[in-house]
Amino acid sequence: MTTSGISRIAFAPDVRLSRRRRSMIGRAASSGWMPAVSVLLLLLLLAVFAPLITPYGFDAIDLAHRREAPSLAHWFGTDELGRDLLTRILFGARISLSIGVISATMSVAIGTAIGGIAGYAGGWVDDALMRLTDAILSIPRLPLLMIASAVLQPRVPLLIVLVGCVGWMETARVVRADVQSIKSRDFVSAARAMGATPARVVARHVLPSALPSAASATTIAVGRGILLESALSFFGVGVQPPTASWGNMLYQAQTTMSTEPWLGIFPGAFIFITVLCFNVIGDALVGERTRAA
Amino acid sequence: MSFAIRRVVQTFVVLLVVSVLVFALIHAAPGGPVEMYLENPNVRPEDIARLRHQLGLDRPLPAQYVAWLASFVRGDWGFSFSDGRPVIERLVERVPATLELVGTSTLLAVIAALGAGVVSVKRRAVDRVTAIASVAGISLPVFWFGLVLQLLFANALGWLPSSGRSSFGDTSLVDRLSHLVLPAIVLASAQVAGWSRYLRGSLRQALAMQFTVAARSRGASEWRIILRHALRNALLPFVTVVFLDASIMASGAVVTESVFAWPGIGGLFNEALARRDYTVLMAFLMCGATAVALLNFVADIAVHAIDPRTRPAT
Repeated sequence: MTTSGISRIAFAPDVRLSRRRRSMIGRAASSGWMPAVSVLLLLLLLAVFAPLITPYGFDAIDLAHRREAPSLAHWFGTDELGRDLLTRILFGARISLSIGVISATMSVAIGTAIGGIAGYAGGWVDDALMRLTDAILSIPRLPLLMIASAVLQPRVPLLIVLVGCVGWMETARVVRADVQSIKSRDFVSAARAMGATPARVVARHVLPSALPSAASATTIAVGRGILLESALSFFGVGVQPPTASWGNMLYQAQTTMSTEPWLGIFPGAFIFITVLCFNVIGDALVGERTRAA
Repeated sequence: MSFAIRRVVQTFVVLLVVSVLVFALIHAAPGGPVEMYLENPNVRPEDIARLRHQLGLDRPLPAQYVAWLASFVRGDWGFSFSDGRPVIERLVERVPATLELVGTSTLLAVIAALGAGVVSVKRRAVDRVTAIASVAGISLPVFWFGLVLQLLFANALGWLPSSGRSSFGDTSLVDRLSHLVLPAIVLASAQVAGWSRYLRGSLRQALAMQFTVAARSRGASEWRIILRHALRNALLPFVTVVFLDASIMASGAVVTESVFAWPGIGGLFNEALARRDYTVLMAFLMCGATAVALLNFVADIAVHAIDPRTRPAT
């Protein structure tokens, strides 16, 4: 991966942000990627098999046991309708994880396409795409998304698209820089000299070298997607009840935080730990690259 | 000089693209900007039609865009849907509170990042701790962190007020400061993580340079080398990053001001969002993006002027 090392120095002004993200956590934390993977796998299993594991329904109302503090029967307590909080968190994990993973995949796909085209085409195409990237990056991301959500009042699938649409810019910058440095190398010239079409050159020769950047960008984008979803839902413009997501559980909990703190603490802790795991893995991937270089 | 001119042109183009995006976003609403009146049973359809005509909403979109942009540039940002006052007036009156909060937390974050960055270059143990703390920091949901701090310091311990900018009828400095502590810490926490690791990275780069070796061979102490030689070189990119993160700061302010009921621009944004007050929302996005684009521009020009190494080779 020497190429990306070169690209990062040669095109420093444009990849400033991403380079910082990459070096942010350093090697010290990347040793923690195994626990992070295990925690995420466990969470994934719990989310997938939630209906089989949990003794309560996610919307089973039990008015006799409202607002109960954590106990053996209800590990994380119950909410204002007597619904079991742990159950709701596991069902919420399905929504929050799907939004994070699918929107991240989308972001990275868009970012790779735009960055790839800009880097390979150069000239005015590059200028146009990069100014678009700059423009979207300069609009504060969360308020932009909050307005879009308030205007469109999306259900979960559209919400995923919205979150995906505001997360591609960093990837586009990194991939563009990678592509710019790779396209002038001998093996690419050779492919072109042998008559390969531009599409083939990009798909077979240039983009594969940008894959490692895309991989670490994806995991970091998952974490960001989960945070964005939770913030949107926290402000009441994201996932709408009765569907449970970690963000809208916090939205409902914030007014009663002083009397029933467990309703806010547990969903937030799940957001925090999940995002932490994705960021640790993303960073470990970056660490792999720098060591291989 | 051509660099500066190109950067000016770029910034203009970026702002133009931003304005198109913001305009398109607001007009993507199902009922357009008069959506909130559609649900009101006291407003008749002919009133809506008259209102749409008055606001120019029955003209072709490109014409509306040009008219809107022209008046926006002149400082005529329209009237708030919720209280009928000029939007610019509502925004300007909120500026001091936001500046107070954002200024304090930026200062806190810069100091903390400088400290953490410098010490983690020097001490391996500290480095490990700050590395872990910074992954945790970027993973922390800001609003949840705010709620937990409120719970701990305001509700459980009772040391600090939980929200607002001052107590009713209390104008003392102590009261103002005590209200500022929690929101400033929450907003700063969003930045310290990234900034301290970034500073550490550039410090280590500087420490690997020849001039560091030269200083060491002259017998300079390690602290002197770090503070006098490495830090001076690392400071410029660090300051640039502080400027470049203005956009993250703006998002963070919206969340923090909402959690702590801070009466700033972020708080205004939340009120406007709840009431679908589109003129205020448009102005907010435009101002936010303009501020970010200008800060980026200033950072680039400043670095370019101060550090000749960043200039293109041509």
